[in-house]
Amino acid sequence: MLAWTIYLSFAGALLETLLPKGKPGLARALALLVAVAGLVVAVAGYAAGFSQGRITVTDVPWIPSMGIRYILAADGISRVLVLLTGLASVAGVLFSWNIDKRTNQFFAFYLALIGGVFGVFLSYDLFLLFVFYEIAIVPKYFIIAIWGSTRREYGAMKLALYSFVGSAMVLIGLLASYATAGAHSTGLVDLAHAGLSTSFQMWCFPLVFIGFGILAGLWPFHTWAPTGHVAAPTAASMLLAGVVMKLGAYGCLRVAMGLYPHGLDPWGFSLLGLGSWRDVFAVLAIIGIIYGALVALAQTDFKFVIGYSSVSHMGFVLLGLMTLNQIGMTGAVLQMFSHGVIAGLLFAIVGRIVYERTHTRQFADLEKMHLSRRLPFAAWAFVIAGVASMGLPGFSGFVAELQVLVGSWRAAPGWTVAAGIGIVIGVAYTWRALQKAFFNDKLPTAEDHPKTGWHDMAAITWPEATGVTLLVAATLAVGVYPRLLLDQIEPAVKTFLAGGVQ
Amino acid sequence: MNYNELFLATLPETVLELAALLVLIVDLGLVRNAGPRYRAVVAAFFGVAGCAVALWAVSIAPALHFGSTLLLTVGGTAGVAQCSILILTGITLLLLVDCVFSRNPGEYVAVVLMAAAGGLLIAAAQDLLVIFTGLELLSVSLYILAAFAKKSAASAESSLKYYLFGGMAAAFLLFGFSYLYGLSASTSLPQVVLGVSVASLNGGVALVSVALVMIAVGLGFKVAAVPFHFWAPDTYEGAPAPAAAFIASVSKVASFALLISIGTALVPGHGAAQSWSLILAVLAAASMIFGNVAALAQTSVRRLVAYSAIAHAGYILLGLAYFEPSGRNAQAILYYILTYGLTTIGAFGVISAVERATGNDSIGNFAGLHRRNPVLAAVLLVLFLSLAGIPPLVGFWAKFNLFAAVLMVGGGAAPFALVALAVAFSAVSLFYYLQVLKSAYVAAPAAETKIKAGPVTMLVLIVIALAVLGCGCFPAYLQDWIAGFYL
Repeated sequence: MLAWTIYLSFAGALLETLLPKGKPGLARALALLVAVAGLVVAVAGYAAGFSQGRITVTDVPWIPSMGIRYILAADGISRVLVLLTGLASVAGVLFSWNIDKRTNQFFAFYLALIGGVFGVFLSYDLFLLFVFYEIAIVPKYFIIAIWGSTRREYGAMKLALYSFVGSAMVLIGLLASYATAGAHSTGLVDLAHAGLSTSFQMWCFPLVFIGFGILAGLWPFHTWAPTGHVAAPTAASMLLAGVVMKLGAYGCLRVAMGLYPHGLDPWGFSLLGLGSWRDVFAVLAIIGIIYGALVALAQTDFKFVIGYSSVSHMGFVLLGLMTLNQIGMTGAVLQMFSHGVIAGLLFAIVGRIVYERTHTRQFADLEKMHLSRRLPFAAWAFVIAGVASMGLPGFSGFVAELQVLVGSWRAAPGWTVAAGIGIVIGVAYTWRALQKAFFNDKLPTAEDHPKTGWHDMAAITWPEATGVTLLVAATLAVGVYPRLLLDQIEPAVKTFLAGGVQ
Repeated sequence: MNYNELFLATLPETVLELAALLVLIVDLGLVRNAGPRYRAVVAAFFGVAGCAVALWAVSIAPALHFGSTLLLTVGGTAGVAQCSILILTGITLLLLVDCVFSRNPGEYVAVVLMAAAGGLLIAAAQDLLVIFTGLELLSVSLYILAAFAKKSAASAESSLKYYLFGGMAAAFLLFGFSYLYGLSASTSLPQVVLGVSVASLNGGVALVSVALVMIAVGLGFKVAAVPFHFWAPDTYEGAPAPAAAFIASVSKVASFALLISIGTALVPGHGAAQSWSLILAVLAAASMIFGNVAALAQTSVRRLVAYSAIAHAGYILLGLAYFEPSGRNAQAILYYILTYGLTTIGAFGVISAVERATGNDSIGNFAGLHRRNPVLAAVLLVLFLSLAGIPPLVGFWAKFNLFAAVLMVGGGAAPFALVALAVAFSAVSLFYYLQVLKSAYVAAPAAETKIKAGPVTMLVLIVIALAVLGCGCFPAYLQDWIAGFYL
């Protein structure tokens, strides 16, 4: 059933290209319909998956002579991420309601991107996974280059090239594994059983991990993320931070760690205190957490703050993966979901609700606008999103980051201390952004409030209110009752740790 | 061998030559006073019909022996290459209909058919003399085709360059062949390989290497491998679009089929095979690097396609450098070259339509193509992304198949490093393909007028784009079709 998420999205993309021009309303309605249908399928598939392990959705020969099969399957991790994609795609359509230029093309690219993302999360054949992974890259370029803002062509090209360098590394790893394993299959399960030698895994693991890690915002390969996020139109920022970065993290987990588990073994010697690839990537993840947070603290552009905060939060995902224990990796998967929802919410408020009405994202300008009085909805939505982003109890981020920290304490207490510093800085930059953008200390004086100068800001529209409600509800639901997701993630992680993807 | 056998074995070539004569008679005799477009339609129709009949003839033609020596083989690589040549020729002829650049479409079609006949010969030839005859028939026809836009100075220049380089390359090739003959006292490929292996055992390695280098020069020119590529950008730029499409596709298929024949004949692991593999690996690496880097700087889309063609030749040469005669590698190479040829013909179709509407082929002239002709822009998107190797288009699958075949041959770190280089440069290539697509989709149009392409061109382009998409989603069908020739 989950396979329909993919087919629906691609069919929607095709229909959008065939729509007549100059009918933006029709294009929007169709996109919303397709996204909601995808969400419904994702929720139904998720609900059907409780207390089940991996469910094979489809398994048919695709290219028999090369042993490549069309295998779609979903375990708990996949189902959680499919659910996230469904949520993010509906919210993204709602926050793209104001796109008037080439609307049908926008949604065609948008739905093609979503279809690719669903495909990656459901693929159980490495070749197929790679195909969907690349399908998800191209539409991003056009969405940003055509509908973006600040330095859009630069941001789009940078993102596309970084993504392709990453996917080229993955492709090299895929070809090498396929040839080394004897070339009978590219199925994830078959490759994991192929008995790849430890020395092979030792160099293939970092290659593929970095290849996927580029898209997950792994420091120091993260620089596409802030420029790309800022240049992108709101919906694309939401998707980039919300699900596309998760593609990278998912690839790190499912492919790099699943197929080359011995790549994480100790080297047998230690260099600068690092004794394995696991240490290397854990340290890079921690640097990402702290560096992203510090840079976010220094930004003058509201959207850059959120962009760098994504790098910081994705650091927790990668750190969680490197703990290699049950609680840490569960936290990593939960953090993927949590960050997907919260980053989407933050980008929606900054890029759409605020920017659409103020036409600036500079704190210096926003400070003078007294937005908490003029846009109370945005201000309070940002308070909720910011609090969730800081990781306060009651929101999804708290559960996720706590688990990552506990897991990393069990792996190496030093990591926890360093990541804890990142959380503190996270509170600081969120607080700073909140204060600068919305809650200026100064009350408006008579001079600030001339009778003619302050035009009324447009009222909050229904797509905005619906989108915010949807995302806030999701983060609250998971925060208050985390078992909703943990019941599916935990068994899947347990199986994963017990024997790779086998 | 008697004349009956000869006739039957060369039936496909004979059909093409007869069709060429028929086209000339009809064009110059019956429809001479009709409008140029009508004449183009008639000539193209007879040309395509000739290709279709030749396609049937390929399926029934037997192998040709002279005494006990094999001259022309059938099936396998030869069969796939011959069918590909005929199909691609037919498609380039269809592009002629809406692109009248000459007052004598009949002559053009006749020369194209003769060139295709040369290609068929090369693809099947197992004898040095037949190879050389076929190559010359193909090459001389191509020189004429490149110069066919008689009013265009660029066309004349491109043809002259092509001719001068080509003549020199042919001389090198013939020189290399003469060494081989001297070493083995035979012109038949299997005999030559046998003689060469005996000679290298007896201390003639240096001579064998010289001969192989000479041959690599000659064939490197045909496939536009660095450093024998200088003709390619100018010819691609100056030649009339259908002729450029023909040079970029059919001629490549024939030349690579010949390279496959040589690779199949060589005994793997042997001294001569090792030198051959080394030579090709060097050419491959140079072509991949230079072609992709030079393409980054181009502003003319035709030149961009030319440099990218050099890069693609590099990928294919990589497949030939690490080659196993089992058929797996040959099939991967043929799959690549056939789909690449198809994609390139489509690209030239789009370029020629834009060129005629806007004056030239600079990237800037593609600006806003999505508004001026959405279908053309969509076709360009599919074709260029396929050339860049993006799934689910056929270019990705062709690359994967080819590189997997290279790694399967094994042989340690060198093939792996070269495959890694090729994959890395595919990522580089995306940059220049995206430059054109950016112009077509992102930039504002320079003028609001529609860009029109003729109905036949549009139909051909849409079919090509659908084929590129279809073969990418379901690669097994084409692969099975190719494998069917090897049973």
